[in-house]
Amino acid sequence: MTARTHFGLAAIAAMFARSRAEGRAAFLPYFPIGYPDYETSLDAIAGMAEVGADGFEIGVPFSDPLADGPTIQAATQTALENGVTPRRCLQAVDSLRERGVQQPMLMMSYLNPLLAYGADAFVRDAQAAGADGLIVPDLPPEEAAPFADACRRAGLALVFFLAPTSSPERIARVASEATGFIYVVSITGVTGARAELPADLAEFIKRVRAVVKQPLVLGFGISTLEQARMMNGLVEGFIVGSALVKAGKEGAEPVRALAAQLRAAVQNER
Amino acid sequence: METVYIQTGAADVPDARGYFGEFGGRFVPETLMPALDELMAAYQDALADPAFQARLAYLQKTYTGRPTPVTHAARLSQHLGGAQIYLKREDLAHTGAHKINNALGQALLAQRMGKRRIVAETGAGQHGVASATAAALLGLDCHVYMGSVDIARQQPNVFRMKLLGAEVIPVESGSKTLKDAINEAIRDWVTNVCTTFYLLGSALGPHPYPMMVRDFQSVIGVEARAQMLELTGRLPDVCIACVGGGSNAIGLFHAFRQDADVDLIGVEAGGRGVQGGEHAARFADPAFGRPGVLHGTRSYVLQDADGQIANTHSVSAGLDYASVGPEHAYLRSQERAFYTYATDEEALEAFQVLAQWEGIIPALESAHAVAEAIKRAPTLPRDAIILINLSGRGDKDLDTAMRELAARGRVQAD
Repeated sequence: MTARTHFGLAAIAAMFARSRAEGRAAFLPYFPIGYPDYETSLDAIAGMAEVGADGFEIGVPFSDPLADGPTIQAATQTALENGVTPRRCLQAVDSLRERGVQQPMLMMSYLNPLLAYGADAFVRDAQAAGADGLIVPDLPPEEAAPFADACRRAGLALVFFLAPTSSPERIARVASEATGFIYVVSITGVTGARAELPADLAEFIKRVRAVVKQPLVLGFGISTLEQARMMNGLVEGFIVGSALVKAGKEGAEPVRALAAQLRAAVQNER
Repeated sequence: METVYIQTGAADVPDARGYFGEFGGRFVPETLMPALDELMAAYQDALADPAFQARLAYLQKTYTGRPTPVTHAARLSQHLGGAQIYLKREDLAHTGAHKINNALGQALLAQRMGKRRIVAETGAGQHGVASATAAALLGLDCHVYMGSVDIARQQPNVFRMKLLGAEVIPVESGSKTLKDAINEAIRDWVTNVCTTFYLLGSALGPHPYPMMVRDFQSVIGVEARAQMLELTGRLPDVCIACVGGGSNAIGLFHAFRQDADVDLIGVEAGGRGVQGGEHAARFADPAFGRPGVLHGTRSYVLQDADGQIANTHSVSAGLDYASVGPEHAYLRSQERAFYTYATDEEALEAFQVLAQWEGIIPALESAHAVAEAIKRAPTLPRDAIILINLSGRGDKDLDTAMRELAARGRVQAD
């Protein structure tokens, strides 16, 4: 097993460089630690790493996930009942690194558990565990100073969001502060599979692209192979969450199988 | 006297970012940030428009029934043998609670912004009823999220909302109470943000809600202050109000902020006692009550060591919430207001006492404020004055009270 040669922001940049060289969008699965149980969640993530996922959003469960739809709400509730804490999630990253997972991993957590842990302490421990960045859906740039400082010192990414409602001023604001990539929310709404992505998606991406230099990663509502195929040429990466979580109910193997299909969907034959 | 229906500017808080000292702010998903900017701009625009002010004043007078009276609770004061107790009668406002003040203000704002669809959360159902009422009055489409536990214990209000044409959506997630209803209301808002106005019912949530709700509720204190001067020739020594999110309390306190001799006392829900974890006393339980972020604002939050939001308990659904409005955290940090709690037991006793001595059945929420006055009055001289904000009436609580009081052998169940 080769050791990781890049960490934090550099690892994320290397991930995009590779997928860009292959002429495709990077595939970044979301999966919560502790669902359906702790060991299975690690198996699921390790399995997705083997079938070519480019990076991971590691879900830290929270009691009140207000940006999430029913699927992830239920899964993270189960994870909490299984006793998963932010500390345990960092241990999970550490274990995954030991198991040989090389891809970038970003901790996806709501703000309050991170505040309880302490901004500096969490970023320090996340870096030590082998995580490469933070994604905090209820932390807009205006309120992010303590985390932005800590991440800058540690060389970790602090990912911010843009949404279809974002004004030109807000796009500029987020562009000036986001590191790693920008998480573009495809729809106004919460996480969860949608039959169709909005018709004006390309228009919205174009509007963002005009201002933003960072790689764009699209999330919310992406679940089908057809939707995954649309990502090439549109964005630098995409996130699939709820569909994989649903598959996880039956164990790690169906997650791996679905991830393999999603990854194959963006594979550029040339 | 010309009543001021929206008092602003009397306080130096919040700042431009929505901070009351170190509390408040705006912690929401990006999708909502532009909506909050839009709301702030529309609110400021409305404040500057005499026509908006006149319309609200007209409705408050002719529809809500403002000003609500102040009643001298003479028999209760005599019975307790100390301070004179006065009641600000928000229970006599249309729909039976202070919630209508804010619901009318925000519904008018929604109308002004061209948003025809309203979502609201409710705990006790009082804000849900007020929102449904304002929506019916103004011809808006109203959807109310309510925890299934609260639906079970506040049946009359559920029916009332339906009668008023609102859709009541049961919330089955988490503790199935107010906190979870707010989660669902925010999820709805995030999904339908372009067409929908979130009519938040308490002085919490992301900026500008805590400020805006305070402003719309400030009429309580403005009226009460003038009424006390008229009735007693002076200001009260103590103002007492119950605090869930804290909108009725901030509405009363706001007008007295600059009156340094007036003590401001907020009463949280002590539930089954603040040691056992079954309560909603954010300020009284140092083991679980710490600054944190819930529902878009930084304030005191009941939470475990890992930052997971704690489940709460109170006999009154309206106080059964894990966080508290950020301005209360601020007033407490400045020692301008003080916070205590009343247990379920004490609130139920106060519920009965006020009914028997004054012929007024308070909401179980308001009974927490009455309980504090019952403790405090006997320790004060007879010429001392306590003003209680009687924030709502108790009709909605009759089933709960009957069951709880019967279980304690205090009334005959049939």
